[in-house]
Amino acid sequence: MLAKRIIACLDVRDGQVVKGVNFEGLRSAGDPAALARRYNAEGIDELVILDVTATIEARRAMAQTIQAVARELFIPLAVGGGIRVEADAAAAIDAGADKVSLNTAALANPALITTLAGRYGSQAVVVAIDAKADGDGFAVYARSGQSPSNRRAVEWAREAESRGAGEILLTSIDRDGTKSGFDCALTASVSRAVSIPVIASGGAGTLDHFVDVFTVGRADAALAASIFHFAETGVRALKEHLRARHIPVRLSDAGC
Amino acid sequence: MIALIDYGAGNLTSVKKALTAIGADVLVPRAPEELAEARGVIIPGVGHFGATRALHGAWMEGILGVLGDGRPLLGICLGMQWLFEGSDEAPDCPGLGLLAGQCYRLRSDAADGTIKVPHVGWNALSIRRPSTIIESVPDGSQVYFTHSYVAPVTDDAVAVSEHGETFAAVVEHGQVSGVQFHPEKSGDVGLQLLRNFVALAG
Repeated sequence: MLAKRIIACLDVRDGQVVKGVNFEGLRSAGDPAALARRYNAEGIDELVILDVTATIEARRAMAQTIQAVARELFIPLAVGGGIRVEADAAAAIDAGADKVSLNTAALANPALITTLAGRYGSQAVVVAIDAKADGDGFAVYARSGQSPSNRRAVEWAREAESRGAGEILLTSIDRDGTKSGFDCALTASVSRAVSIPVIASGGAGTLDHFVDVFTVGRADAALAASIFHFAETGVRALKEHLRARHIPVRLSDAGC
Repeated sequence: MIALIDYGAGNLTSVKKALTAIGADVLVPRAPEELAEARGVIIPGVGHFGATRALHGAWMEGILGVLGDGRPLLGICLGMQWLFEGSDEAPDCPGLGLLAGQCYRLRSDAADGTIKVPHVGWNALSIRRPSTIIESVPDGSQVYFTHSYVAPVTDDAVAVSEHGETFAAVVEHGQVSGVQFHPEKSGDVGLQLLRNFVALAG
């Protein structure tokens, strides 16, 4: 049975993970490769490296970060943030990313989805949607949630799929950073509308929030950052919790 | 030396990195003649079956020559599907035809929404019989898939997986083997499978 994926997100600035980390035993707590190694040992299913800077110098540092992580980890690796044109995607993929995540650039130029899917395959193209509840639906925002677009989340997800996106990374702006739970209504509405996998993001605070998003929210994968960085929740403990509630997960001792 | 064939279907970086990590020497031949140096050949690939058209002609002959010399061949994902007779994805584009059967699209279950296509993520291998390519890979191991089309379960299927229906996850027929999943993205289990192939190549 296909497992529900648990994805860790590393927000990286100038080669260092930001948002802070306090794992014991890490020589440099902010070293992305060290953190990635730790997550891998705990059984994370996938990693997302999000570039939270935008300068050219930082972009060069990002390629090094991707290389350092990809050299030793053999699980899927997605890279997002600052991918504006085809050359940015090519640089990330050449450095070792398996997937690139497009957000603002896809809104501004939806044809980029098709271009990248044609060049690397749909499995390499994730469209990230930042959405906010608004009346009876969800409005899509660009520029890290700063600028409203004229798109609706469900329609934009459908369009992204038809243009060649392989997955949707769906973040609730309302829930992001609140630890009050994923937005299951948003996630379910998008998940029902598309055939491609939907990764839920924003709001993870407890183990049961993950249970909810995989059941009520119909998510195929769930992404979190700080809940893992601060070791409030170990990846393994989370997966054991999910398995006990009959949600299929990948655990190294198999048997499910 | 393992030859990794670049026919423009996706990037080879991940497979190359994984092979390097297990200590294999990797060559990406620019022309079929360079296959002469290879002890084994890997055909990777993601994307549309029509992309395998680039392998028709000289590459196909070169690959068959490798097999004729008794050297092993491994197809990954689209590369595995190419080992079959063809695929519904590109009916006018024949496969290598070393394995019997036609690849077809997984059925999505749109009404229920539980079976999505493409099949993306970690799924379990159910081993049907022991084989060299999956030696030391435990039954039930979870590996990373990303695909919409599958190969049928025939006598060559040494492991299967399930996503709404049962499909071939690992095939082996003589020195020809294939994996529908991505060993280069499947953690330790995937690396073990690549080690098995490299050992076969000698």
